[in-house]
Amino acid sequence: MCQADDAGGAGEGRDEDRVGAMFSALLEDSAEDLYENAPCGYLSTLMDGTIAKINGTLLGWLGIGREELVGRRRFSDLLTVGGRMYYETHIGPMLTMHGEAGGLALELKAADGTRLPVMATSRVKTGADGSAQLIRITLFDARDRRAYERELLRARQESEADRDRARQLASTLQRTLLPPSLMTVPGMEVAAYYHPASVDEVGGDFYDLFPLTGDSWGFFLGDVSGKGAEAAVVTSLARYTLRSAAVYNPEPVKVLDNLNTVLQQQYRGGEIRFCTVVYGCLVPDDTGCAITLVSGGHPPAIVVRADGTTQFLHTHGGMLVGAIPDARFTEITAHLGPGDTLLLYSDGLTEARPVGGSSERYSEEELLDHLAASAAHGASEVIASLTELLTGFGDGVEDDTALLALSIPLPRDGDS
Amino acid sequence: MSAVDVTTRNNVTVLGREDGPAVVLAHGFGCDQNLWRLVVPALAERFRVVLFDHVGSGRSDSSAWSAGRYSTLDGYAEDVLEICSALDLRDVVLVGHSVSAMIAVLAANREPDRFAKLVLLTPSPCYVDDGDYRGGFSRDDIDELLESLDSNYLGWSATMAPVIMGNPDRPELGGELTDSFCRTDPMIAGVFARATFLSDNRADLPKVATPTLVVQTAQDAIASQEVGRFVHEQIAGSELVTLDATGHCPQLSAPEATAAAIIGFAGAR
Repeated sequence: MCQADDAGGAGEGRDEDRVGAMFSALLEDSAEDLYENAPCGYLSTLMDGTIAKINGTLLGWLGIGREELVGRRRFSDLLTVGGRMYYETHIGPMLTMHGEAGGLALELKAADGTRLPVMATSRVKTGADGSAQLIRITLFDARDRRAYERELLRARQESEADRDRARQLASTLQRTLLPPSLMTVPGMEVAAYYHPASVDEVGGDFYDLFPLTGDSWGFFLGDVSGKGAEAAVVTSLARYTLRSAAVYNPEPVKVLDNLNTVLQQQYRGGEIRFCTVVYGCLVPDDTGCAITLVSGGHPPAIVVRADGTTQFLHTHGGMLVGAIPDARFTEITAHLGPGDTLLLYSDGLTEARPVGGSSERYSEEELLDHLAASAAHGASEVIASLTELLTGFGDGVEDDTALLALSIPLPRDGDS
Repeated sequence: MSAVDVTTRNNVTVLGREDGPAVVLAHGFGCDQNLWRLVVPALAERFRVVLFDHVGSGRSDSSAWSAGRYSTLDGYAEDVLEICSALDLRDVVLVGHSVSAMIAVLAANREPDRFAKLVLLTPSPCYVDDGDYRGGFSRDDIDELLESLDSNYLGWSATMAPVIMGNPDRPELGGELTDSFCRTDPMIAGVFARATFLSDNRADLPKVATPTLVVQTAQDAIASQEVGRFVHEQIAGSELVTLDATGHCPQLSAPEATAAAIIGFAGAR
């Protein structure tokens, strides 16, 4: 055993010697040859950039003789003008202050005028006393990499442009789904606000106010399930259906029946698309206006009275519009007198998280209290107060939010 | 904007003698207030030294950056005035390096009463050649610089974007921040580079009424001696010093001489 071990050990020793001899034959001039003919460019400069030493690989890339460069030229002279400016204003200061600079994309100018993209890494060599002595720079041929990066950069620029186009499209489409400005209703003040949750997608909330026969007016505010292009299709369908249905038969329950049928037929057999809507009709009278409201699964409208008290207008039993055939909707009536305001809103407001990321959502009751406490009178003031509230919520507003308010102004002093 | 907001926005650092005259040091394109590190000790012995980072550079609040405000040097000059006002500085000696020399000129022309003296370190009012004026660069050269900033875009965005964005989910990136010396978002750097190298402030020079010292180096690839002389000639009564130093950043290549020039001029009555 022992003998065999010894013999084996001696045998391994001879193998190591052989391998060692073979390697040293290959690496006879090791350090110097490795420096001169390394597969990358090497150079060392004084702290002011004057070239002190440069390897054969780099001289070959440049097509310039060693004697023309050493002691005569600076590293930045080898760069394009742009690269030189970058070196003088950024890389040089960084080396002096920080001792190293890496991952630098630069271009060398060869003697024949061609340009060679390189990746550079550089580090300051310090003496025993810690003082900076030299800058050592390693350059890698980056032609392939640069071509690849250019492709990436181009793809990135393209995707940024696409994103801009998509936003543009979303905002254009959004505008077509909302009235550009509210129509003026004689003897009333009207105001609206729309806050899209995202600039990238079309929101699912909608509203409108439009004249019906005689001096009556129709209005609605709704919220489509989902968002994006799919929801926009439903929003568009809902908005135009509500308007044309109201022309055909302005009775509010019939208007929602009609929309329910249209949505059912449109999405028969496919994914169900539904929405929540408050639809109303107002008819001016001697003391203000009479309002008939019908709601399909939508948060209750609120009335802010002239004396500051607030109340919900509940329409109990109203079903989601488009979810099931023969959905039932119930109607209520109310009256607005001078100083009274009717507010329709979407759940983007009442389901916001007032403190960003909080699990506590704002609620319909808090909204009612806010309006009572705000002392806001009239449609414009109510919308302004709620816009301010939403702005305060910041990122806590996670969904689109639509607001529509109608009010009967108080008679001004001197009016009879 | 409140004083606190301004000092946070521009990462303002105040050191040196509290009762000393105020010296505000404004860094140039490509770096941040670190660039003054070697001259600060000498200045701090005599002056109240105020350092800051331009918005988009160093550790400024990059969320305060907007292309609108920072596409021209006026936005940066406005910031300098806001910093002086926030700290209630009077009789300020404003030292501007490189592009900040022109930012200093704009600030001093807008609020001359605020400033006692200007020191313009390696200034250039216009980098692009124009007729007989030799700024030293062609428009193509500047485009090439912008291109080299762009080609450093990918390397940057991969490692630095989460840091700048303040990504709390990736605490391991905190280490990278210490290496972020002189790093800046290439998109922001590109806008700053355009404002820096494409501005022409030659017409602003004769309007300077503040006593001015122009400091240049013997060899500067960015702002030549000819350009330094031009600045000196255009600002009536200005002094010109040519340091026996090389490069565009004498506060790094010759910190003692640079500090001595600033102290000599700022301290003189």
